[in-house]
Amino acid sequence: MNDWTSICPTGRLPVERGMAALLDGEQVALFRTADGLHALSNRDPFSGAMVMSRGIIGCRGRRPMVASPIYKQAFDLETGRCLDDPTVGLEVYAVRVDAGMVQVARPARALSA
Amino acid sequence: MSRRTLVVVGHGMVGHRLVELAVERGLVAAGWDVVVHAAEPVPAYDRVGLSSWFRGTTAEELSLVEDGFFDSPALDLRLDDPVVSIDVEARTVSSRCGTVTPYDALVLATGSTAFVPPIPGSTGRGRFVYRTLEDLEQIRAAAQGARTGAVIGGGLLGLEAADALRSLDLSTTVVEFAPRLMPLQVDEAGGQALLRLVEDLGVAVRTSAATQVIEERESGLRLVFADGEPLDVDLVVFSAGIRPDDALARGAGLHTAERGGVLVDETCAASAPDVYAVGECASAAGRCWGLVAPGYAQAEVVVDRLLGGRRTFTGADLSTKLKLMGIDVASFGDSHASTAGALELVYANPVAGVYSKLVVTDDARHLLGGILVGDASAYPVLRPLAGADVVLPADPAELVLPRLDGASPGPGAAALPTTAQVCSCRDVSKGEICTAVREGGCRDVAGVKACTGAGTVCGSCVGLVKDLVQDELSTLGVAMSSALCEHFDLSRAELFEVVRVQGIRSWSTLLAGHGRGLGCDICKPTAASILASLDNAYVLDGERGMLQDTNDHMLANLQKDGTYSVVPRIPGGEVTPAHLIVLGQVAQDFGLYTKITGGQRIDMFGARVEQLPLIWKRLVDAGMESGHAYGKSLRTVKSCVGQTWCRYGVQDSTTLAIELELRYRGLRSPHKVKMGVSGCARECAEARSKDFGVIATENGWNLYVGGNGGFRPRHADLFLQDVDTETLVRTIDRVLMLYVFTADRLQRTAPWIEAMEGGLDHLRAVVVDDSLGLCRELDTAMERHVATYSDEWADTLADPQRLARFTSFVNAPGVPDPSIAFVRERGQIRPARPEEKGPTLVSGPRLEVVRS
Ligand code: SRM
Ligand SMILES: Cc1cc2nc3c(=O)[nH]c(=O)nc-3n(C[C@H](O)[C@H](O)[C@H](O)COP(=O)(O)OP(=O)(O)OC[C@H]3O[C@@H](n4cnc5c(N)ncnc54)[C@H](O)[C@@H]3O)c2cc1C
Ligand code: SF4
Ligand code: FES
Repeated sequence: MNDWTSICPTGRLPVERGMAALLDGEQVALFRTADGLHALSNRDPFSGAMVMSRGIIGCRGRRPMVASPIYKQAFDLETGRCLDDPTVGLEVYAVRVDAGMVQVARPARALSA
Repeated sequence: MSRRTLVVVGHGMVGHRLVELAVERGLVAAGWDVVVHAAEPVPAYDRVGLSSWFRGTTAEELSLVEDGFFDSPALDLRLDDPVVSIDVEARTVSSRCGTVTPYDALVLATGSTAFVPPIPGSTGRGRFVYRTLEDLEQIRAAAQGARTGAVIGGGLLGLEAADALRSLDLSTTVVEFAPRLMPLQVDEAGGQALLRLVEDLGVAVRTSAATQVIEERESGLRLVFADGEPLDVDLVVFSAGIRPDDALARGAGLHTAERGGVLVDETCAASAPDVYAVGECASAAGRCWGLVAPGYAQAEVVVDRLLGGRRTFTGADLSTKLKLMGIDVASFGDSHASTAGALELVYANPVAGVYSKLVVTDDARHLLGGILVGDASAYPVLRPLAGADVVLPADPAELVLPRLDGASPGPGAAALPTTAQVCSCRDVSKGEICTAVREGGCRDVAGVKACTGAGTVCGSCVGLVKDLVQDELSTLGVAMSSALCEHFDLSRAELFEVVRVQGIRSWSTLLAGHGRGLGCDICKPTAASILASLDNAYVLDGERGMLQDTNDHMLANLQKDGTYSVVPRIPGGEVTPAHLIVLGQVAQDFGLYTKITGGQRIDMFGARVEQLPLIWKRLVDAGMESGHAYGKSLRTVKSCVGQTWCRYGVQDSTTLAIELELRYRGLRSPHKVKMGVSGCARECAEARSKDFGVIATENGWNLYVGGNGGFRPRHADLFLQDVDTETLVRTIDRVLMLYVFTADRLQRTAPWIEAMEGGLDHLRAVVVDDSLGLCRELDTAMERHVATYSDEWADTLADPQRLARFTSFVNAPGVPDPSIAFVRERGQIRPARPEEKGPTLVSGPRLEVVRS
């Protein structure tokens, strides 16, 4: 079952931008968009740098996405899949708001490519 | 089969084109070696563009020879070694250096020489011709210290020469034997209109003037005419026509034409076996052709014949357009109405200085030719229409008269038949251009130029090529789309206009009114930049924070490992020892890698997000400010020490560089902007490789625009000469603002200017003569920028809310990113490579510097 960790008050996350968080030593990128929260791995698979939380968010077609700040590949905010290279993806974490606090949990299983 | 040898005599425009064709068409591949003898010390250059040398184009830029072209073992270029004799029996040529080369085929491409009328006193000190780079160098040297000059000959070339003298600050008179200027090209009335335009430029004109003697006076020369006052000048340039250079051919016993020129048949073959002549030295189809296009066509014929083809040369188009002096003059087709039954339709507006004549068939249904003076904008479309099977509009006046809706006159590219010759210089038809787009995958003018050669010589057809590309792409449904991205149909320039005119101040208004979806990493930073260009508010406040690109988002440059670099401004590269010490101290305290950049300042690498405010606090306290290395905005203004220290400097280049850097700092623009200021022509600041280059002269400053290093290096073009600081700054203000207003996203100034219709002349008209009435707007925008600039880092440090952004982890602020690891190298840090980091990569809040 999910093991929720409280991260911060919702208001601490900037609208339509990301922030990094530490979850038992793992780095998670948290995004707050108009329709909710998303939590993905903070590691950009193309550069290996922990920077996904600093990407620009928006949409590609109907998919909400975040663009890696290093080489600009887009990743689906909901599935983690890279929209420019479907063989690559980011891990997706469970995220919810509980009593005004953003909570994150490790994924039940790793994203399959 | 053993290899055969083609010897080419003369490495001018046509000679070189022939060698290019030998390679392109497969002659070399088919077993031919090519030996080229050149009389000039430099490889072929663009003689048509020769005059631009006076406006700053260098000899290298004029060169027609691509780098490495002659590296091929099959090609042998022998510079400065003219052929002195030909033995058509032994089939050899002998050169001045004493080489004797046997040939299997010989092509004479010796061009022509300037004609100097045989009047007493026509040679000697102060008398020049206008044909080669060396001639121009001599004229420029003689113009130093001279005040007045005369050009003998009022034809196309004479007017070019007059413009050159004018640009050398000589008070200039054109002396023409005929009763009007450009007698070969324009008619009486056109000549009148042209005369007024030339005189308006401050060039004096004497028509019907037969020079009889040139006398040497104590100071200068005196031209004495058959009648009228003599004319005293310091130097004289002859431009009284050309004579085909056929001396070599005569010596070899080849037939020459009565009026000069190597006589050739329609295969361009001369009167001895396997000898050909092309270009201005040849008399082909009954005459010598004084233009480059017929020469190129002849070169095609010779190469085709050597390959066994059946091409012929039977004549060419003599259309011309004057490309100088800011005066439009063009004549094309049967401009003198010599076709039987031809009608002439004349439209003249003496007040506006415009005169147009169309020559049409007796039923007024087809165009035969025409003359345009004062406004030749219709020339590119009308020229190919002349003689083409296209029925004219009921009122042919539509072809030349300005239209009420402001569109350019004329029928447009769509009206041309596919066979119409669009580029006469390189003989490229409309059909070939359309095919290049449809099947060759060309998507813009540059692609078509590269693929077909159209537009690469005199450039007069480029506008038409552009129209054709656009038309073709839109029928393909590809539409040369200028849409920014899937969220906006507008281009960056259009978006800028919308924001400016509607006074839009926020992203949401812009997206709601003109876009769709949620935006992306293309439109968001573009919108952020536009909003910032028009309003210097703090770039990360409110909604704007979510729009900023990687670097602007943290006011620092993101590196490959997720750390940042910090670059404080060092205006003009001038730095006090105190600031150097601060920089050193800060770098040492934070363990940053330190490097001098290519932009004359100091970059400190390896800063983590949460360290940025701490680092900047120290820098700002010490009086330093953001260098905007992260922004699409002004980067550096590189300077040299100039007059203050350097023994050659003629102006204070350092002070100017600092002033410019402080004036334009922080201005958000479509791409980064760089400038340079050199204290003299030695150019130690490499100003001409910058977007804006300033070079000091004895009298002030020369301004160059559109330089670029980077991916496609380009030297900046001379824009203004010898201006004072105020004029200089005002002009940079305007060009820079116009760039901000109208360039595409991520388009540097070089491609921006290259893509501009009308090029530099247009740009000059807009910012110097205010042809669009835009200057006030540009000035106001720049004044607003200068007045409201404020240092982003000082502003950040002053506000705790703004500082909140610079956190490593929202639930563990201050804990460094554990994945960052450095290794020591040459006494400083560098990012550890993956194999140096070890397996504990993603776990544990541990930051260590591995020591080695
Ligand atoms: C630091 C520096 C190299 C150095 O070690 O010296 C540098 C570093 C970078 N350059 Fe540069 N360029 C640096 C001088 C130059 C110069 C030389 C100059 O400015 O005189 C040029 C050629 C001149 C020019 O721009 O025309 C130059 C041409 C480029 C280009 C190619 C631009 C083009 O038009 O083709 C890029 C790529 C781009 O901007 O799209 C680029 C991009 C970059 C970026 C921003 C790449 C990136 O996105 O990470 C590098 C980031 C630097 C950082 O993190 O601080 N850099 N770069 C120099 C910083 C100068 C400064 O003080 O601001
Ligand atoms: C200022 C100027 C502006 C012009 N503007 C235009 C224009 O707008 N449009 C247009 O169509 N045309 C224009 N022309 C004309 C155009 O430049 C010529 O038509 C073209 O250069 C002819 O090419 P060519 O190869 O026949 O001769 P050139 O380019 O003159 O080349 C001949 C070369 O042969 C060399 N040579 C001569 N004898 C020997 C020998 N014995 N051995 C070895 N080498 C030898 C010469 O030194 C020269 O380098 C202009 C010319 C000038 C000077
Ligand atoms: S450009 Fe001229 S003034 Fe400047 S340092 Fe070089 S030589 Fe001296
Ligand atoms: S017509 Fe001269 S380049 Fe095309």
